[in-house]
Amino acid sequence: MSTRLKTGGRRIDRSRPVTFTFNGQQLRGYAGDTLASALLANDRMMMGRSFKYHRPRGVVASGTEEPNALFGIGQGGRFEPNQRATMQELHDGLEAQSQNHWPSLEFDVGEINAHLSRFLPAGFYYKTFLWPRAFWKHVYEPFIRQSAGLGKAPKDRDADTYEHYYHFCDVLVIGGGLAGLAAARAAASGGARVTLLEQEPVLGGRAPVDEGTEGAALVETLAAEIGAMENVTIRTRCMGAGVYDHGYVLGYERLTDHLAHKSGPRHRLWRIRAGQVITATGAIERPLSFAGNDVPGVMLASALRDYLVGFGVSAGDRTVVVTNNDDAYRTALALAGAGLTVPAIVDARHGGAGALGAEAEAAGIRVLKGHGIARVKGRKRVTGVVLCKQVGEGAPVEEIACDAVAMSGGWSPVVHLWSHCGGKLTWDDAQAMFRPDPDRAPTGADGRAFVSCAGAAFGVFDAADVLSQATRAGLTAARAFGKAGEVAAPDAPAAPETNPIEPVWLMPASAGRALRAKAWLDYQNDVKVTDVQLAAQEGFESVEHAKRYTTLGMATDQGKLSNINGLAILSGALDTPIPQVGTTTFRPPYTPVSMGAIAGEARAETFQPLRRSPLHDWHAANGADWEPVGQWRRPYTYLRPGEDRQAAVTREITQTRGALGLLDASTLGKIIVKGPDAGRFMDMMYTNMMSTLKPGRCRYGLMCSENGFLMDDGVVARWDEDTFMCHTTTGGADRIHAHMEEWLQTEWWDWKVWTVNATEQYAQIGVVGPQARAVLQKLGARNIANEDFPFMSFQDHRLAGIEARVYRISFSGELSYEIAVPAGQGLALWKALHEAGAEWNVMPYGTEALHVMRAEKGFIMIGDETDGTVIPQDLNLHWAISKKKDDFIGKRAQQRADMTRPDRWKLIGLETSDGSVLPEGAYALAEGKNANGQRNVQGRVTSTYHSPTLGRGIAMGLVLNGPDRMGETVAFNKVDGSTVPAKIVDPVFYDKEGTKNV
Amino acid sequence: MLILTCPCCGVTAEETEFHGGGEAHLKREGPGSDDAALEGYLFHRENPRGVHFERWRHVYGCGKWFHAARDTATLEVFGTYPAQSTRPPEDLLETIRAKRPGWRWRDLA
Amino acid sequence: MSDPVSALHGLTVEGSVRVEDLAPRGMITLRGDLSDATVSDALARAAGLAVPDRRGIAVEGEKRLAWMSPDEALLILPRARLAATLAGLTETLASSHALAADMSDARALLRLTGEDAALREVLARLAPVDMATFATGEIRRTRLAQVACAFWMPAPGTVEVICFRSVARYAFDLLAQAAASPRIS
Repeated sequence: MSTRLKTGGRRIDRSRPVTFTFNGQQLRGYAGDTLASALLANDRMMMGRSFKYHRPRGVVASGTEEPNALFGIGQGGRFEPNQRATMQELHDGLEAQSQNHWPSLEFDVGEINAHLSRFLPAGFYYKTFLWPRAFWKHVYEPFIRQSAGLGKAPKDRDADTYEHYYHFCDVLVIGGGLAGLAAARAAASGGARVTLLEQEPVLGGRAPVDEGTEGAALVETLAAEIGAMENVTIRTRCMGAGVYDHGYVLGYERLTDHLAHKSGPRHRLWRIRAGQVITATGAIERPLSFAGNDVPGVMLASALRDYLVGFGVSAGDRTVVVTNNDDAYRTALALAGAGLTVPAIVDARHGGAGALGAEAEAAGIRVLKGHGIARVKGRKRVTGVVLCKQVGEGAPVEEIACDAVAMSGGWSPVVHLWSHCGGKLTWDDAQAMFRPDPDRAPTGADGRAFVSCAGAAFGVFDAADVLSQATRAGLTAARAFGKAGEVAAPDAPAAPETNPIEPVWLMPASAGRALRAKAWLDYQNDVKVTDVQLAAQEGFESVEHAKRYTTLGMATDQGKLSNINGLAILSGALDTPIPQVGTTTFRPPYTPVSMGAIAGEARAETFQPLRRSPLHDWHAANGADWEPVGQWRRPYTYLRPGEDRQAAVTREITQTRGALGLLDASTLGKIIVKGPDAGRFMDMMYTNMMSTLKPGRCRYGLMCSENGFLMDDGVVARWDEDTFMCHTTTGGADRIHAHMEEWLQTEWWDWKVWTVNATEQYAQIGVVGPQARAVLQKLGARNIANEDFPFMSFQDHRLAGIEARVYRISFSGELSYEIAVPAGQGLALWKALHEAGAEWNVMPYGTEALHVMRAEKGFIMIGDETDGTVIPQDLNLHWAISKKKDDFIGKRAQQRADMTRPDRWKLIGLETSDGSVLPEGAYALAEGKNANGQRNVQGRVTSTYHSPTLGRGIAMGLVLNGPDRMGETVAFNKVDGSTVPAKIVDPVFYDKEGTKNV
Repeated sequence: MLILTCPCCGVTAEETEFHGGGEAHLKREGPGSDDAALEGYLFHRENPRGVHFERWRHVYGCGKWFHAARDTATLEVFGTYPAQSTRPPEDLLETIRAKRPGWRWRDLA
Repeated sequence: MSDPVSALHGLTVEGSVRVEDLAPRGMITLRGDLSDATVSDALARAAGLAVPDRRGIAVEGEKRLAWMSPDEALLILPRARLAATLAGLTETLASSHALAADMSDARALLRLTGEDAALREVLARLAPVDMATFATGEIRRTRLAQVACAFWMPAPGTVEVICFRSVARYAFDLLAQAAASPRIS
């Protein structure tokens, strides 16, 4: 059984017991425990079930690479699935649920899959679900959905907050083990700004476990030394998640996951810009591929050591160690030293180990050289191992009873962060591993290498070598900033002499199919040696193809344990050397990062900027039914008690056309254009001739892109000889201002023109309807009779004591003024207008009433009648396109053959015979079908509304030869497949003579 | 994510402060140009693997457009220079020649 | 005129730093070639402050004169002096190529006060700027999460932030959230 020992455990505090629950059952651990160590201490070796076959699985590792021990942690708004027990620190009240089983972890129906494993080989899904095609929707997809996904998605809104943090440093060191500490110390010695990230809660990495008390003391000394340096920032529980272009690095800091009482942000995403990055990310031990290597109780040798030394936990009473290298002997010695039984060290190498081998034998541990494990006995827990010769097919030579197996297939440097941004690898034959190739490092903005590696991440393992290599790496990184100090590598504990590793990719070397089919490569996705061999046999020779075909390395652990073993098997199957097979691509993040951390502050109220007009609060307090217009919120209509939208819109239109309505037009763009060349510039920006506009007058203008397409419209007022005020659409303000600046800065930089985007300086209020003049007079405007203040002109007036610029322009066909006042005065004017207009029952109207009234007058709306493919000529706006000008933006493009062809769809009005409203976006049907078998079309609806003024549906559309087909009836399609006939009419539906606007 | 130095305000900032504006040094073809020239101006763009000249705008900063010479494969930035130029400055071209012997971009080499 | 109102009516929140919406001030945007002595002299005279160098800001009492780009400056001044200053500036530059616009109501001015390190942390949560090296006398135009802003430190212990009026609430909420977060160092 696995249990807590009476003594030991450098990371736990036995004076602080902690209570937590596992599948509803209350268990105890200590402060400093991980969930994994606490579960082992409570003899919970079996921690989950695998994804495909639902095989019982125990914890296999002690760090981020753990593939099996995944749990749903927390409750309600703090529930999160797939959390690694090895990284989850224990705290009081922690709730953990095991995953991927039904009805229980112990008894699981899905385990039937394991018995069907012969029928679920690699590529099963691709092969099986290929046909019949009709099965996809009703049979295969529901089945796949049912079985897809590990763990359960959270249902509640996330109760936590998250944040980003922008951080800058000269040298960023990722990893706080011996190498990282030494590199940071060296890098900081000359004053460079150094930041060190460590994903674990404590610094030191493997040193305190593998180098004993000497290692622990060294870590303490180094940590204290750099901790006292003002130019060093150290963050623990902060993983280097990804390395990106130009020294951009994401750090993922977990702030409250380890706390019982949580406050403040849960995670912080460090957005770091580093001049130089040193990855000191250590190495990950590889499993060995033998039959039954996934039975709970089979663990990485280093993990067994970690649980013992770090947490005082033994995984079993009798542990067989199986290895192809010297390092696993440390586990045997540690276990024996703690009084536990190690029946044997099974070493695949004929020569066995160096100094540690002698030490083991001196401690009375039996060492079997040239041997391996043929298979593991037990199902939910190891009960023993059957040994064999490493060479051969696995004929049993001996059986040993045990309840744990410590395996080591060698170490793979964690090259992920080195590789994220393009660092290349080289195969180190002697150490049987891929390691970073320093000659092919990721390069930064200046073209020079900006990532280097230190320690085990670089393939350097001996403590003395690690310290000197990491010190050099730190000094070299600082030298890039001219800040290399003078510092010698710290002294290292003496290292035992070792024998070289011998690669073992399959145990025994010639294992038959029965054994290979139980030798697991990817624990989480249940990929076996036979699956990878089958993929190779079926032609998936590229490592990337084999990965996707077998799903090797595609689980949440992204193959940290399985990738190298898998590609070695592939290499064997293809008879191609490992370096030629290559690795799959390492992509960030290193381990999963929470969605909340990625979103940062962008949630709830601050999910996106919401732009508020100066009158926003008034609208909100007066029934506004909001409509998003870009990032603005505008009232679609103002609902009164008991009203629906339609009724409210009808009321607003009827009132405005009958007497007086008010519109908040503040969101419209307002760009000031000034300079001696302003007229010339305006002539280029607009299709109209703007340079001839008289000061004091207004003109409706069109703006096209250089492609000729209509991009914006609005009223231009000439403030004075040198100055224009350009009104744009609400969505167009920033875009049009940028468009103007682009041409001024990049094409006509010698023209004397300045622009200012003054959109937000002004509150702009539309005063609309037959009583508009009267209400302005009531507020103090003088001499504003039609002749004194004609349509399309502007004047300055003092209204209700507020200096205002009044534009007489109309988007509704009514007598109408737009009044601009400083934004901070907007509400005062708005209220004054309401007060003065009360006698005419004045009321505000929203964007829908605005849209209906403009459509009744046949005015186009950018975004309705235009979609980026429409030119002004399509909209019969020839009158707004100057023929006198040599040039304007888009003029040349409008002469292209496609723009001048006679059969372009053109703007017309549409009326249904029964008065109904045409569906939005409906197509005008034509005879026959196109090459794709779709019905031919000859036009489409661009705007369609119910007009309360006319008591019927009205619409505008673009139709083939439309203006020549007045009176003709065309069929429009409906979503239900039927059609509706509509007559082509003049798009001006209301007050064609313009009698209202006087 | 790139970092660029705006030659107008001198700020070195991350890509999120900027807005890419496509190929640099396009010659505008207005009225009177022939169809082929117009087509080239509107639609044809360089798409090199290697040295490229681009337009960027410091949209969250000083608002100014500028040009950048960049390697599209390695992302090395050779330099930035004012938008008010019809061809890259000679010292920048020298830098590129030294770093990327044999490079070509339109009629530059 | 009715009394001008700021976008957030003086809203204030206390956290690791204090965040407040300041009462309206006058703000004049000047577009003009700042390297042209006529323009910069007129500006300096109107402001009563020397025109700052690239990315600089001059501070005196309630007055600020900020370099916004090679051809744009922002003058912040007491509201009471706005009309006269704008008229004077416009007149002085009447024969020059320049555009002086009243933008007093277009922007919100937020002030953060507190411990220097706390101020820097609050901004570093939202703006992609190296706050460790940011100094008094500098103005940085950048973004605050998803909106454009500019900020400077008029004096140690104070940061002023401007953004467009329509997003004042968003910017305030961001700063309030960042100020509510526990200190990092």
